Amino acid sequence: MMETRQSYSIVFILLTILLMVCFIANISLGSVRIPLADVFSVLFGGEASKESFNYIVFDYRLPKAITALLVGGGLAISGLLMQTLFRNPLAGPFVLGLSSGASLGVAILILGAGALGGLVGGLLTSQWSLVIASALGSFLVLLAVLAVTLRIKDTMAILIIGLMFGSVTGAVVAVLSYFSSAEQLQQFVFWSFGSLGNQSWSGILILSICTLVGVVISFFSSKSLNALLLGENYAKSMGVRIKRTTLVIIVATSILAGGITAFAGPIAFVGLAVPHLTRQWITTSNHRILLPAVLLFGSIIMLVCDIVAQLPLSEYTLPINAITSLIGAPVVIWLLVRKRKLLF
Amino acid sequence: MNSEKTDNVLQTEDLSIGYLSKRKKTTIAQDIQLKLKSGTLIGLVGANGIGKSTLLRSLCGMQKHLGGTIKIKGKEIHTYHPVELATLLSVVLTEAPASRNLTTTEFVSLGRQPHTNWMGKLSELDRSKVEKAIEQTQIADFREKHCYELSDGQMQRVAIARALAQDTEIILLDEPTTHLDLYHRAAILKLLKKLSVTTGKTILFSTHEIDLAIQLADEMIVMTKNKTITGSPRELIRQGHFDALFPKDTISFDADSGRFTIQN
Repeated sequence: MMETRQSYSIVFILLTILLMVCFIANISLGSVRIPLADVFSVLFGGEASKESFNYIVFDYRLPKAITALLVGGGLAISGLLMQTLFRNPLAGPFVLGLSSGASLGVAILILGAGALGGLVGGLLTSQWSLVIASALGSFLVLLAVLAVTLRIKDTMAILIIGLMFGSVTGAVVAVLSYFSSAEQLQQFVFWSFGSLGNQSWSGILILSICTLVGVVISFFSSKSLNALLLGENYAKSMGVRIKRTTLVIIVATSILAGGITAFAGPIAFVGLAVPHLTRQWITTSNHRILLPAVLLFGSIIMLVCDIVAQLPLSEYTLPINAITSLIGAPVVIWLLVRKRKLLF
Repeated sequence: MNSEKTDNVLQTEDLSIGYLSKRKKTTIAQDIQLKLKSGTLIGLVGANGIGKSTLLRSLCGMQKHLGGTIKIKGKEIHTYHPVELATLLSVVLTEAPASRNLTTTEFVSLGRQPHTNWMGKLSELDRSKVEKAIEQTQIADFREKHCYELSDGQMQRVAIARALAQDTEIILLDEPTTHLDLYHRAAILKLLKKLSVTTGKTILFSTHEIDLAIQLADEMIVMTKNKTITGSPRELIRQGHFDALFPKDTISFDADSGRFTIQN
């Protein structure tokens, strides 16, 4: 017993160190390489060797790194919550159509604003309304998926429902784009590429609140989540109130997936892949250990993906969604082939 | 409180069970009178589809019963708080656990949930109860193995250990011997017998192993289409209740040997 507990704390120390390294590397690397000494001096309130470094770190790279941290950790947690709730190893915010639901909410907000007229439209597209539309979209999709799973016990069914929501979103967006202006369409398309950059500090504050609320609710639910690992009936027999627990988990997931998608766009595979990668390393399904590990690991993966997307020392920046898919999809295939069966 | 009530850990009066959909009420069995005493092993037998699982689900409160009363320690089952009920009654279900990624020890430890704080952290007492359950079911050899590595027989022992760790006065098991070979079926039932004697728990299991149940159980519940009868195996044999279990043209019960034989 002592041995396993000790090895878990080593894992957490390693993950925390790795997270800090990735965080600093993320700030240091980019189209302009900022020496580590300068990164540290700016972060700790000093002056960099060049005036421009101050500006780059504070107004651009630090907000982006913090966004990556929050987005990665939050999405990974929401993936873990869904895998346990639906007792399906393939569940995740993207696969279940949560991201599509969020996209639909945002599409209706951005593109539909045109139909409502400029003034109302301008009022609507503030950051909070984007978050609310997105969270509401993913909440509704999650409720729909849940309603289906109550009727059909087949785990395949919920994945198909997720796919269907993806197509419905695509169709509605296509219809809306027909009636909206070129700028609105462009705004939506750029949002849908996913982006960690260009976040204002007030935006990051909202994102932090969403992530914090979602993560805290998840941690408070870890006991019930563990009971759910045995299945609904066993959980019930141990005194877990299924309806209440399910609702709490769904709310937490919607806040996480919806809030994050509102800011960063629909980001694929992090929610699905990170919990599985974490389980490769930490061979337990105990949420009291898995939740913090998945949180840290998700942040690390996102920071790394962002470093890759910046193509260090080049002028180009790739859409973050393309990078997470390029890295995430082969990882999931590799896990499936190697283990033949994904466990959760 | 009168002494008769405390004597029976689990008691039903005029219980009728079945399903309640929007308009229709489907009664599967009715007029069930059970009086289960502590420290006894009770076998529940009946043909497929007769309502054994429904009865067990009703007795543990997972499914609402249609009429009559179910009292646990003299108190109506639906007046218990879910967590309080979970400290009195535990179950072993036929369904496999949703996650196969837990280790044996983790699986058994989950049985402590009704007793732990909001974080689910195990205290010294919880740990000792888990250790005792592992010892009683003799699963220490594979305690660090994951559930996906276990055989059906081992998994069944682990599931029983989890119920033991929950430390309840009553344990209900739904067909604990399915998928097992004859040796393991006998081993599981012997384990249940030993546990009922050594721990003083009331253990109710449903089974198709009527021969084995007759040899081991203190009492049996026989469910047939028209009625549900309880009694000691010997009484039930003498009164000829096992004869009525199945259509006589295929198998018949031999009262002398306590076995079913195939009719030619």
